[in-house]
Amino acid sequence: MEIIFKNLTQSYEANSPLEGLGLDDVSLTIHDKRFTAIVGKTGSGKSTLVRHINALLKPTSGTILVGDREITPETNNKNLKPLRKNVGMVFQFPESQLFEDTVEKDIMFGPMNFGMSEADAKKSAHKMIELVGLGEEYLEKSPFDLSGGQMRRVAIAGVLASEPETIILDEPTAGLDPVGRKEIMDLFKNLQEQGRTIILITHNMDDVANYAEEMVVIHDAKVKAVGKPKDIFNDKSLLTDDILTLPRSAAFAQKLAEKNFSFPQLPITISELTTEIKRQVHGD
Amino acid sequence: MNKLIIGRYLPGDSIIYRLDPRGKFLITFYFIGIVFLANNVASYGFLLLFVLFAVYISKINLGFFIKGLRPMLWLILFTVLLQLFFTPSDNPMWHWGIFTLSTDGMRIAAYIFIRFVLIIFISTLLTLTTTPIEISDSIESILKPLKVIKFPVTQVALMLSIALRFVPLLIDETTKIMDAQRARGVDFGEGGIMQRIKSFVPILIPLFVSSFSIAYDLAIAMESRGYKDGEGRSKYRVLSWSKRDYMSLIVMLLITIILLFIRSY
Repeated sequence: MEIIFKNLTQSYEANSPLEGLGLDDVSLTIHDKRFTAIVGKTGSGKSTLVRHINALLKPTSGTILVGDREITPETNNKNLKPLRKNVGMVFQFPESQLFEDTVEKDIMFGPMNFGMSEADAKKSAHKMIELVGLGEEYLEKSPFDLSGGQMRRVAIAGVLASEPETIILDEPTAGLDPVGRKEIMDLFKNLQEQGRTIILITHNMDDVANYAEEMVVIHDAKVKAVGKPKDIFNDKSLLTDDILTLPRSAAFAQKLAEKNFSFPQLPITISELTTEIKRQVHGD
Repeated sequence: MNKLIIGRYLPGDSIIYRLDPRGKFLITFYFIGIVFLANNVASYGFLLLFVLFAVYISKINLGFFIKGLRPMLWLILFTVLLQLFFTPSDNPMWHWGIFTLSTDGMRIAAYIFIRFVLIIFISTLLTLTTTPIEISDSIESILKPLKVIKFPVTQVALMLSIALRFVPLLIDETTKIMDAQRARGVDFGEGGIMQRIKSFVPILIPLFVSSFSIAYDLAIAMESRGYKDGEGRSKYRVLSWSKRDYMSLIVMLLITIILLFIRSY
């Protein structure tokens, strides 16, 4: 589903001294079946932005179009289930949403809320627990007996089990070890290759460089830049204004540039960096 | 949950904000006490003028105080109606079964209403202009004399400030968990009463789990920074009693004298 934000503004605590803007006149298109990363500093409005996509928040003014469903300030809370079924959302530290006595029941919770039959939900739970890299033997365990990383995987399985077309990820790998983080990110990349739309909020620029096709930079409640990661990481104005940091490969290339290397465009992934270094050292 | 005004602090700056929280705390309770001394139109009018004046010099929009009435609306309405129709009177204007309507009833109902307004406005004024932490500091300071009878004042104050500190944290946590379950297709406030009660299980369990883990983390953090209660702890926030606090007490004294005068007049 294509997601289109039109002049979306979100303000909180209107008419009080605490009044503030969560989002300021945001217009943005998130393309169907692509991997889009949203980056920005803490408090810039990233999480606020994505909460509009499944109508957890409604705009103060402006509209969002999700597929053919329009959300306006007047949208009421009835009949949001079809939308929320299609837009799965993995929150920050999603392990805090677990509550059932077995992992299986917890994974089945979402699908059954969205009207899936018990048998189908069970089937989905079996499929998803394998997909997130835990075995079927985990299904009978209590989610509270698992380690933090395993709980995270169970929570992610619980969101994927409803088979959403669009998956929103709010820092899904925060606090995971490097191997776990790569496994989880590869999982989402695979899902995208199978035809899902992925929206990833992250502070990790390496993840952006390695996985995302599109990138949105949010700064002070406004959209500062939209485009391909490679173009955006080469935009000097964003870097000098301290809005964005570079992926490790690009930062390394920048240092090399001081030592007689030259990069017309900064490489953003390790493989791009190594090819470029090889070319410049060996001349091939 | 953002609609609750009582118990909420509003950042700002005015003479009321700068008063010592201990003074404000005591004055608020003292004022609630003397509200019950009022017995006629003039005395209620006088107290109402005083409260409105206090609201004026606090530089806070009157709207916040009116919003503060809202959660109490049903209680106020119920009490006022009770007084209005059940005040016994010798010359009722209207009489039907157990209901009686009289000028006495109307007068008392109006007094009760103003009494509610006075008490709610003055306590809202306290919480809007005083941070919860200041309130708990002042409670500690006021309870200090109880140390003589071995009452654990510092522990109680610590418990109080931790509890206060946890309120916004738990509200945030609740909102977060509710959002997460909504995204998984839970509809709060839909279906029959059993359905609604059931829909709270997915909130309460995670909330309990995270409260325990937050409490545990907090205990570890306090211990690792060497927290030990007891004698001789110095204060990070030192309360200072100044000239204007004496002034505010004198104002209260004057109000009491004037009130006693109007009352017997």
